[in-house]
Amino acid sequence: MARVLIAVNAAAAVGALFAADNLAQALDRFVAMAAFAEPLLLAVLVLLALLSALLQRMPYAAGFAFVVAAVVLLTALYDVTLRTMVTEPLPDLWRTLVLAAITAAAVLWLLRLVAKAYSPALAEARLQALQARIRPHFLFNSLNAVLALIRRDPRRAERALEDLSEVFRTLMAEPRRFVRLADEIALLERYAEIEQLRLGERLRITWELDAAPSDALLPPLVLQPLLENAVFHGVEPGTASGEVLVRIERRGSRVLARIENPYLEAEHSRAGNRMALDNIRERLALFFDAEARIDTRAADGRYRVEIEIPYRAAPA
Amino acid sequence: MIRVFIADDEAPARERLKELLQDVAAEVANSVAGEAKNGLEVLERLPESRAQVLLLDIQMPGMGGLEVARHLALLPEAPTVVFVTAHDRHAVEAFELNALDYLLKPVRAARLAAALKKAAAGGAPGREQLAKAASAAREYLSVAERHRIVLVPVRDVLFLRAEQKYVTLRTRTQEHLLEESLVALEREFAGRFVRIHRNCLVARAAIRGFERGGGGEDESHWQVMLEGVSERLPVSRRQWPALRELVAEKP
Repeated sequence: MARVLIAVNAAAAVGALFAADNLAQALDRFVAMAAFAEPLLLAVLVLLALLSALLQRMPYAAGFAFVVAAVVLLTALYDVTLRTMVTEPLPDLWRTLVLAAITAAAVLWLLRLVAKAYSPALAEARLQALQARIRPHFLFNSLNAVLALIRRDPRRAERALEDLSEVFRTLMAEPRRFVRLADEIALLERYAEIEQLRLGERLRITWELDAAPSDALLPPLVLQPLLENAVFHGVEPGTASGEVLVRIERRGSRVLARIENPYLEAEHSRAGNRMALDNIRERLALFFDAEARIDTRAADGRYRVEIEIPYRAAPA
Repeated sequence: MIRVFIADDEAPARERLKELLQDVAAEVANSVAGEAKNGLEVLERLPESRAQVLLLDIQMPGMGGLEVARHLALLPEAPTVVFVTAHDRHAVEAFELNALDYLLKPVRAARLAAALKKAAAGGAPGREQLAKAASAAREYLSVAERHRIVLVPVRDVLFLRAEQKYVTLRTRTQEHLLEESLVALEREFAGRFVRIHRNCLVARAAIRGFERGGGGEDESHWQVMLEGVSERLPVSRRQWPALRELVAEKP
């Protein structure tokens, strides 16, 4: 409802601006148009509300035509009534009817566009796009590290390739389903193994997972990107070794995850990080609405990301 | 026999390059002259290693590969540089545009052999090529002193003065001669340095104040006072109005 009111008034305002020579004149015209249009608009909305049950059962094209016809009819009635009551000259009836029809059609079209943006199919595609991304830097450097192992330590190279394929399988998995926290943790550990291969002594990860509820459900790839960023922005740019902390625990009806890394002030770290965080925030919102939160904090040379989600156990 | 220097921050990557170099030794005779895991180490170790070809990872912590190459280009026997990258579209584009050699990680033996042959035949990349390929200003300015590269952090530079063919660089404790153009320096470090004279750039952050001076015929000559420098530098009349406005905005 509100959207329709706003849209029509906005259209009137724009029309007034076009027609007038200056802002004061435009304001005058707008007020005049509004004075004419508001009662009509309200009448239309009331009528449509009353008929909404009927409208919902019609196919879109029929509904569209019905609404436009109703608007034109009401406008005609309104105009005729107004002429008997008011002495001021009113714009030509046909002009008014055409304007009303165009406005109704335009508003309907806009509303449909907005609805499409939120429809399930599009949400699905967005989820896919949000989720399936593999950082090329990680891909090629990991393959390179595995290649370096192949002759010296073939078994380790094998395990590393197995880890890599599991990581990529998860990165490409179907977006909508929840995963168990135990699986997400397994992914984190495999991912960490690969990074450890590349970076050796420069990467030191501390895991605090004793209190993590393994049966908790959450959307996939919420924690792995955070670990990836922690390594990419917090450890790799540094020449000395960096410590990363991963802590996951349950607090009553909530699950808390915290990932910490050294805070390096280089410019580029902020931009890439923000994108990943926005991505995660959006996916958490899609799954948990307002019940999930993600916060970041930089203090004492450490950068911390905290996620809190409701604890939902997987069915046994 | 080509002497090759390897620079990569990841130990496995260095190991792999060494393996590959052994693999191609029959085709292109080579020996490993040295290794380094970051830019500063390259600059410390490479000059005395007398390496002819440098395999240089562009994404090392500390100093990026391009800046390392720019400093190395000052050496009398500067090595040919082959840049190595896992994935960096912008860098690759810059390399292509400026005819700089590069390899993609993971490297194939055949490509490494080809790159080595080309490097042995060609010469070190030119300073201008490298400057054009660079996307960021350098963090250090450098001087080559008998097969050694001396680095001066740009933030320590108080002023740069052009004298004939060279530019004098002055910090609190040192003075060096650079073979650079003042105009190019002004462009590269825009915002950090401000021009006070046709042949002098001064670090904004070091400006302490201005003084009328000169005495003698022209009382309208201004001079700038810098932190850490006792010498007062003359401001040319042409630069004075812009300079005064610029400094008025200083917090």
